Amino acid sequence: MKQLINYFMVLAVIGFLASCNQAPTKKSTSSKSGALSGSVAERVYVAPGEHDSHYAFISGGFSGQLSVYGLPSGRLFRVVPVFSQDPEKGYGYNQETKPMLMTSHGFVPWGDSHHPDISQTNGTVDGRWVFINENNTPRIARVSLKTFETEEIIEIPNSAGNHSSSFVTENTEYVVAGTRFAVPFPQRDMSIKDMKGNFKGALTFLKVDPTTGHMSIAFQIKMPGFNYDLAHPGRGKSHGWFFFSTYNTEEANSLLEVNASQNDKDFIAAINWKKIEEYVANGGGKKVAAKYTHNLWHDNQHATTSTMEKEVLVVEPKDVPGAIFFLPTAKSPHGCDVDPSGEYIIGNGKLAAAMTVHSFSKLQKAIEDKAFDGEKYGIPVVKFEAVNYGVLENPGLGPLHTEFDTRGNAYTTFFISSEVVKWNIKDLKVIDRHPVYYSVGHLMIPGGNSQHPDDKYLVAMNKITKDRYLSTGPEVCQSAQLFDISGEKMELLLDFPTIGEPHYAAGIAADKIEPKTTKIYKLEENTHPYAVKSEAETKVERKGNEVHIYMSMIRSHFSPDNIEGVKVGDKVFFHVTNLEQDYDVPHGIAMIGANTSEMLIMPGRTATMIWEPKEVGVWPFYCTDFCSALHQEMQGYIRVSPRGSNTPLTFTLDGDVPGQDE
Amino acid sequence: MKLSSVLMFIGALLLSALFFFPLWKITLLAPQYPDPLGLNIHIDHLSDGVQFNDVNNIDLLNHYIGMAHLPTKINVDKGVIKPMKEFTYFPIVVGIMILLGLVLAFIGKPKLYLYWVFILVILGIAGLYDFYNWLYIYGHNLDPNAILKLTDPITGKPMGYQPPFYGYKKLLNFEVYSYPAIGAYFIVAGIASAFLAFLQGRKSHNG
Repeated sequence: MKQLINYFMVLAVIGFLASCNQAPTKKSTSSKSGALSGSVAERVYVAPGEHDSHYAFISGGFSGQLSVYGLPSGRLFRVVPVFSQDPEKGYGYNQETKPMLMTSHGFVPWGDSHHPDISQTNGTVDGRWVFINENNTPRIARVSLKTFETEEIIEIPNSAGNHSSSFVTENTEYVVAGTRFAVPFPQRDMSIKDMKGNFKGALTFLKVDPTTGHMSIAFQIKMPGFNYDLAHPGRGKSHGWFFFSTYNTEEANSLLEVNASQNDKDFIAAINWKKIEEYVANGGGKKVAAKYTHNLWHDNQHATTSTMEKEVLVVEPKDVPGAIFFLPTAKSPHGCDVDPSGEYIIGNGKLAAAMTVHSFSKLQKAIEDKAFDGEKYGIPVVKFEAVNYGVLENPGLGPLHTEFDTRGNAYTTFFISSEVVKWNIKDLKVIDRHPVYYSVGHLMIPGGNSQHPDDKYLVAMNKITKDRYLSTGPEVCQSAQLFDISGEKMELLLDFPTIGEPHYAAGIAADKIEPKTTKIYKLEENTHPYAVKSEAETKVERKGNEVHIYMSMIRSHFSPDNIEGVKVGDKVFFHVTNLEQDYDVPHGIAMIGANTSEMLIMPGRTATMIWEPKEVGVWPFYCTDFCSALHQEMQGYIRVSPRGSNTPLTFTLDGDVPGQDE
Repeated sequence: MKLSSVLMFIGALLLSALFFFPLWKITLLAPQYPDPLGLNIHIDHLSDGVQFNDVNNIDLLNHYIGMAHLPTKINVDKGVIKPMKEFTYFPIVVGIMILLGLVLAFIGKPKLYLYWVFILVILGIAGLYDFYNWLYIYGHNLDPNAILKLTDPITGKPMGYQPPFYGYKKLLNFEVYSYPAIGAYFIVAGIASAFLAFLQGRKSHNG
């Protein structure tokens, strides 16, 4: 018996030792204690029926779209389709929006949306438009903040990987689009290994019409073939300048992760665009043949036109001396950020544990004194000491992007050490740091790219979530995290999942947008060539094998809803107008056998889809949006007769030709 | 000009406001309509009471219960409904009353002012009666093929949807409010002014 007890005691000791010598089974990331006290919930709780105080426009990265969230609740309101087709809304499927996705390479159904930026007036975000860039097929889009629809997409020629884009100047004079990949300019057949010195990097300035927002390429600067990563405009005292970060100044063409990481310092390109604007206004620059699409939405026709542009104005840096300078900046800087005063230009040295802070005043003096350290491809390289205000050493690992508050502080994301660090620019001292979950990319403070940040909230956008949410298999959501930055210490308030990759964001106070939003499209202003203004105008016409249905929808029926005389081999156009003039009464339409998406049609709008019937029979169509109490009854039939049959073309509603019985 | 004549003059002119402002307003609220729908009733037409297109939107909702179309220009033009006679003769009557009032003010006999007030009150009552009648007709003269045919749980008869003549009434999911609008207050002011003219005139006549 005693032996047995001893035996068990030995076992117990072994068990105890084993349990002591184990690594933790899970790294604790929950911060339920401490910061996340009960009162935090109240600070992000927006009661039912109440509205958020801010809009956050978060790009969807590889989703190609722009999502609209509310802050502080983190609720998703809308995904604005921009660069990718969206079958839910019919975007890129119906005849009216297909041209929006036309490029010089033909129709491209997908895009990679990156950096939304809100239009500005006098250095303040004005809530008129969001500009957003597409990386893969270089494009810039403009989204209306009245309708929350994509109104314009312009392609950028001579560019590849349109990444240091789509940032606006403080009066929305320009939107910029810089190329991430250096490419032959213009494109030509040549050996890749001859890249160095032969590839170029285009920095494109797009003029924005102050009334309509319409964009046009004003000029393209043909820069050396580095990779241009991010950019920000000067503001206040530095208004008139633009700053672009570069990497791969080594001009490596293969295994860039090593070969583009050799130089201890790359550059921030400082561009005096006012000087170049003046040069161009005086006839400078050379018109060069190019091929790029300019797609424009017309609000009254409810349709897009796609125009192929033929040339672009190219400016060679050497032709505008004193307009472009390189500022040495610690290793492969990603973000290139300008503080609200316009004095400090900050390079986030991705591969160095250092933040480089340049001074705009020192830059001016350095240029005056010609404090240069040689040149690169004819562009003066300013002496580091002559332009540098200071360096914040070892703030964290892998700095990517910095935004600012109004109290002289900067907030920087650190991808590798997975944290946000708050530091004072003047003192170059770290004030606070907070972990994020995990691997943060960009961050956003509403009004961030302006003279007046609205500095209550900060949103960190994370690339990795792992265990933060309920698992959904190998592919899990990416996410955003909301911080309160009104105090000395940053406080984590909320995690919320996002669509696609939450790449970058812009935010603005809700009252700058909400009162101006469109509720309906007025029928009387609808000039779509196939629009109908009343049921009496609905009809069906045959032109050869094309059948055009001028259809209306109103609670809760289509007109006409019985159509006969359609034949196999016909091409049937549904031109459908939503006759409703009441807020939030969209209707949808889907046709069995149509090789396209449904169409979701807002009040007063007209949209067109094509159906090519292949089988004889009687085929139904119906409303896809739960529009009313009689939504389920909102349906109709089309009779399809054999090829060559002589079934007469008829169209009726309740047995009569629409408009005839009334 | 005597004070009483001036008051009578003003009283008659106050009626001209009816050519610009609605007489009555019906407001509808429902869970789906947090911003209410409104119907303004003028002497010669209906207009949107709260937001753009309210009249048509109310007309559209009415079809669920089989209510007849509202007498709007569109519905009249489409032949869906006969033009409302009142919209033709109300402006004429109001015009005549204004002219008559002005003539009486010019003549300056206070007793005649009282007659004018009397006629106007009679016309007003007749107008209200007419309004009530229309509400009754709209509320009860329902399409037998209506989408929603509900039965009154008390009477067992088909449910009527007569909007309130004055005040509040719950009609299905809608809370309906019906109150005089600016135009009606101008009539009252006109009557008051003319009555004051009569009193003032009599006083100065006697004095």
